[in-house]
Amino acid sequence: MKKVLTGNYAIAEAVKLAKTEFIAAYPITPQTTIVERLAEIVERGELNADFVRVESEHSALAAVYGASAGGLRAFTATSSHGLLYMYEMCWWVANSRLPVVMALVTRTIGPPWNIHTDHTDLLTLRDSGWILAMSENAQEALDLTLIGFKVAEQIDLPFAIGLDGFQVSHTAEVVDVPEQEEIDRFLPERRRDRPFVIEPGNPITVGGLTTNECSMRIRKDMMRDMERVGDLVRNSGYVRDYDLVERYRLEDAEYVVVMMGAWSGDAKDAIDILRDEGVGIGMLRLRFVRPFPAKEIAELDCRKILVVERASSIGKGGIIATEVKSVANSPAQSVVAGLGGVDVGVDDFVAMFRRFVEGELKEWWP
Amino acid sequence: MVAVKDLPKEKYLLPGTTACQGCPHALGLKALGMALGEKAVLVVPAGCTTIISGIREKASLKLPLLHVPFASAPAVATGLGSAFKKLGKDGIPVVWMGDGGSDIGFATLSGACVRKDDMIVVVSDNEAYMNTGIQTSGTTFWKARTTTSPTGKREEKKDLALIMLMHKADYVATASVGYLQDFIEKLKRASEIEGFRFIHLHSPCPPGWGFDSAETVEVARMAVKCGAWILWEFDGKFKISAQSKPYRDKEKRLPLADYLKRQRRFRHLSDEDIAEIEKRIDEQWRIISALEKVF
Repeated sequence: MKKVLTGNYAIAEAVKLAKTEFIAAYPITPQTTIVERLAEIVERGELNADFVRVESEHSALAAVYGASAGGLRAFTATSSHGLLYMYEMCWWVANSRLPVVMALVTRTIGPPWNIHTDHTDLLTLRDSGWILAMSENAQEALDLTLIGFKVAEQIDLPFAIGLDGFQVSHTAEVVDVPEQEEIDRFLPERRRDRPFVIEPGNPITVGGLTTNECSMRIRKDMMRDMERVGDLVRNSGYVRDYDLVERYRLEDAEYVVVMMGAWSGDAKDAIDILRDEGVGIGMLRLRFVRPFPAKEIAELDCRKILVVERASSIGKGGIIATEVKSVANSPAQSVVAGLGGVDVGVDDFVAMFRRFVEGELKEWWP
Repeated sequence: MVAVKDLPKEKYLLPGTTACQGCPHALGLKALGMALGEKAVLVVPAGCTTIISGIREKASLKLPLLHVPFASAPAVATGLGSAFKKLGKDGIPVVWMGDGGSDIGFATLSGACVRKDDMIVVVSDNEAYMNTGIQTSGTTFWKARTTTSPTGKREEKKDLALIMLMHKADYVATASVGYLQDFIEKLKRASEIEGFRFIHLHSPCPPGWGFDSAETVEVARMAVKCGAWILWEFDGKFKISAQSKPYRDKEKRLPLADYLKRQRRFRHLSDEDIAEIEKRIDEQWRIISALEKVF
């Protein structure tokens, strides 16, 4: 059914459709309306979940961790400083192989205080063992959340869905919401015994001291399983098909832009304008950062790749660009733009891509 | 009083653990198993019990045990408790942590208590961060020497149990490894109440405090008998426990110096220091006695 939903409400809708059993979250702008909506949904009796009003993000993910270890389907959501405050738990959840799902409404990390979007917060999870998806719009936010529950529970890895603060989180769009029966067929009840269950009378110990070899094996196994995620996403059986990337006007493209998130929509408009002018440009949009779509990038056969990102690693530059360069078979360059929510619109992208094509683009925009 | 012969024979802390000789946590965990048995599901943050519970593939606790980050334990128990209820399992999440866990995880402890989440929290308090090698904690006794307070701690001991009482926990008690039957009774009473239950267990640590490892129980009892550790309970009504009652009368208390001088961490104390500590203990008795009247 088509509904007008903001990105945040689309996430709440997906959490409800997934029959999530446990939700704990602490409010932070721009994530707050997800948990407000979920609180309403639970209190109206539309979702049979425990909703716990925790006292911090660290406790939000700790409570979700406990619920998931006890066998429940569990969800949380946060942004920026909230993510950094729960960061220790993020790693604990990942190495414990618990299929937790989290929405991450991207927001600049301070100081100075800034509630607008950039992607540096999301990328702090890069090495942790979370599956990392980044949506472009409310529809994808909803769809990737539902796919997230399925894939996380199939592979025993946690799943985070990024959505840009305000640009997606607070912007109302028409969203095609699947029917409950469709989702019930797509997403069965969570298997309670995977990867383990903590319950009375079952004297197992989880997370305790171990051998160094065992610690290493856990990370190696996670890497092996993460590599299966692409196939699981492509074959998830969801009502719409999804892949790790979106290919936009890539056929015969001499120039390829790699980017992710909401602003990709404006960049696509810019590509259309340049295409009309006869410039052979297209986009490979990353829908996932982890697993990294290395094969899809390696397959790009073009004159030049441009990685546009609103994230930075001080002392190195673009984070995604570093990764793209490590697998690309065509020359790639980096531009960091839109940090701190600095607006980059269609006109900017047209100008940026022209300079890229002409070989005059610098590493920071503006 | 529960009779020793009536206690279950099943052992939930297996022999041959990696606990130090005379470890108070080992005593406490043994009692916890006797009191709660199969219902207990342990949530343990970083601390001595991380070590005591064993190194894979050996485990010393015959209870389900989830190891969790330092500041997270009560919140994890909140989630676990929710899972037990939703899936119809008859278990009690039991957070077993040290005074370190209750320092770094204080907000978490407060949050779980305010929500009245269903769990028992036991803080086994050895009055310093012992697992990292005897550093000062919030509950370290005034003037006690630790490796981060080499001339003696300058601040007062944090009174966790009274803080939790003022948090309106459903059940609060102090206990001591010197009086395990009392601890077992309190755990049993706590297990019959629903909601957030808190027990502050006094746990003298031989290497941390500097006394012979054969004397843990004796030192724990001396703390009660000199009035420095007061056993009490709140289950809707506040009462001083039988073991502490005689020491409301100051005349009946053991000389404080006997307790303090038994421990290396207090050997440097002057007579004035001891007199000051005694004054503070008298003040604590005044507060506890007043609470018994008003609560």
